[in-house]
Amino acid sequence: MSGPLWPRGLRSRLLVAFVVVTVLGAVVAAWSGAGTAGAALVASSEQRLTEALTGQIGAVTPGLAYPPDQGALERLRSAAGANTLVTYGSLRSADGVAADLVPDSLRTAVRTGNRMVTQRTTGGGEPWLLIGTPVMITAPDGARTPSGIEVYAARDLAGVEREIAGMARSAVVTAALTLPLAVLLALLAAGSVLRPVRDLRDTARRLAAGDLGARSNPRGADELADLTATVNEMAGSLQESMAALRRMQADARRFAADVSHELRTPLSTLTAVVEVLSMSADGMEPDARESAQLAITETRRLVTLVEELMEVSRFDAGTARLRVEDLDVAGAVRDCLRARGWSHRVELVAPGAVPARLDRRRVDVVVANLVGNALRHGEPPVRVVVAASGGEVLVEVTDSGPGLPEHVLPHVFDRFYKADAARTRTPDSGLGLALALENARLHGGDVEAGNRTGARGARFVLRLPRESGDR
Amino acid sequence: MAAILLIEDDPLVRRGLELALSRHGHDLRTADTGEDGLREFRSSTPDLVVLDLMLPGIDGFEVCRRIRTGSEVPVIMLTARGDDFDVVGGLAAGADDYVVKPVQPTVLDARIRAVLRRTAGVPGGVRVHRDLHVDTTALTVTLRGEPVALTPTEMRLLLTLSAAPGRVFTRRQLLQAVWEHDYLGDSRLVDNCVQRLRAKIETSPAAPEFVQTVRGFGYRFGPV
Repeated sequence: MSGPLWPRGLRSRLLVAFVVVTVLGAVVAAWSGAGTAGAALVASSEQRLTEALTGQIGAVTPGLAYPPDQGALERLRSAAGANTLVTYGSLRSADGVAADLVPDSLRTAVRTGNRMVTQRTTGGGEPWLLIGTPVMITAPDGARTPSGIEVYAARDLAGVEREIAGMARSAVVTAALTLPLAVLLALLAAGSVLRPVRDLRDTARRLAAGDLGARSNPRGADELADLTATVNEMAGSLQESMAALRRMQADARRFAADVSHELRTPLSTLTAVVEVLSMSADGMEPDARESAQLAITETRRLVTLVEELMEVSRFDAGTARLRVEDLDVAGAVRDCLRARGWSHRVELVAPGAVPARLDRRRVDVVVANLVGNALRHGEPPVRVVVAASGGEVLVEVTDSGPGLPEHVLPHVFDRFYKADAARTRTPDSGLGLALALENARLHGGDVEAGNRTGARGARFVLRLPRESGDR
Repeated sequence: MAAILLIEDDPLVRRGLELALSRHGHDLRTADTGEDGLREFRSSTPDLVVLDLMLPGIDGFEVCRRIRTGSEVPVIMLTARGDDFDVVGGLAAGADDYVVKPVQPTVLDARIRAVLRRTAGVPGGVRVHRDLHVDTTALTVTLRGEPVALTPTEMRLLLTLSAAPGRVFTRRQLLQAVWEHDYLGDSRLVDNCVQRLRAKIETSPAAPEFVQTVRGFGYRFGPV
């Protein structure tokens, strides 16, 4: 589950589960309700129809001759309403529309049971209720005996069926109506569950993006509120630690900048007077002359170190600025080598002018550091190749020495990193390559360190965009 | 050998530079505040001023501006490296050149000598460019008959450009010809000096007639 997908997944799962449960519940409730109501409706209409038939028969029988003739049967039939068949032995009333509806099983049940029997059936596509009943004779002493007359009535149940169908339809409609309601409720429920989760996710994202002041608002007293409070606590302690760390970093940077700055004043004096010393060295005794020479060398080194420290502080403080101008990179590299007296020790390969817009001083620093590094730590021949490739300028510096050992490679650009612990006193400050990288990056470029393929020696490649915006 | 006024507040730096520059053959006078420096400037009329920008009281920028109100004496600023604000401010105040502390006296001496060389004339007599008259030996300039006071640096820039009207000079060429700087010379020196020169000789510095900008390349004189 990838980040942005899972909340949507949780939400849809909650939604589907809620809707399914709600709609199923509504359907079951509506169907069972409709079923019960239908059964009750059928029972009550059966009772109503049978009672009506019994009443009609009861009203005619006292005046009936016994045994009945055809006429009596017809009278009884007409009293009992349409769709009625009256039989007595082999006699049967005419006009018995429903006669063919009455199955033998019903007749047998009425004859053998001597009681009223009802049965539901369909005829002509319509539902019917068949009622079969024997007509009883009540003797003057109150005893009731079967007269042998049987009345069969078919009653139309279409109206009742329509009512039941109507109820079923309204059950379906009710269930259907719950669907949007269920979705709505599910959305609300999912929202109320997921809102704190979403809040937490947003807060976590803002924290990850570096906004350490981001907090979620815990609501209620459930597990999510607990979680939110815990996340807030975590963010709080993170923010405090980061603030402390930043303060310490800023203090350290300011200290480095302040120290370098303060060193500059005595160094100005030293730089001035060691030159006087060196100009007077000719008249000195040999050891005094050597001391003067050492003082000059070490003062220059100190000056370089302080200048590089200040430059590093500016990069750390983010105050280093580019001053771009039109320049020919090949020419700038040539000037750099010539100014340092390296022209005869370094082979320069350049395809003619390579125009670019860069900071001349910074390009000079990078090239001087890369070439100086190759001359000090590598072996001749040292080669510098300047090339243009698309929107980039490449300056490749290679030597023919032992190259960079594997364990050194990740640290080449570290400040004050010494590849060889025994060789702690090299003439470079230990900041050169770090500064080279910072200067390249300030241009939007990069320096890559590695070894030559297919030959001995280290290989550094400086990449600079041809157009560097002022920053 | 030149009469130099060194204005620097730190006593040891001042003494160190005084020792070293004297050793290079210059005649040094020193001052430790801007006020003292200006007083000394008016009484001793030096050939050149070496001016520290960070001074107690009135700072180096203000000292430079006050010197410029009535004098074309060259000023070399002492600045802290990387403090671009100092360089820009100092050049705007009218300084001719700057060196970064801690400075090697040999470098400072070379700059001093380069600035002073600008006060030497060149053969060629009077060059007439419409109503601008440049006397290359007496190093005087008149515009519509009125004398124009140029600093030696402005003068040398005008001489260099007007020696070949219509020819385009890159900033780098001008830095080498006028300031005698190495390949890392700061092109802002050129731009700043051009602005000051235009303010003095152009009728409309925004639409210059004499010193024209060639975008992406540099500057050229005229052609007029």
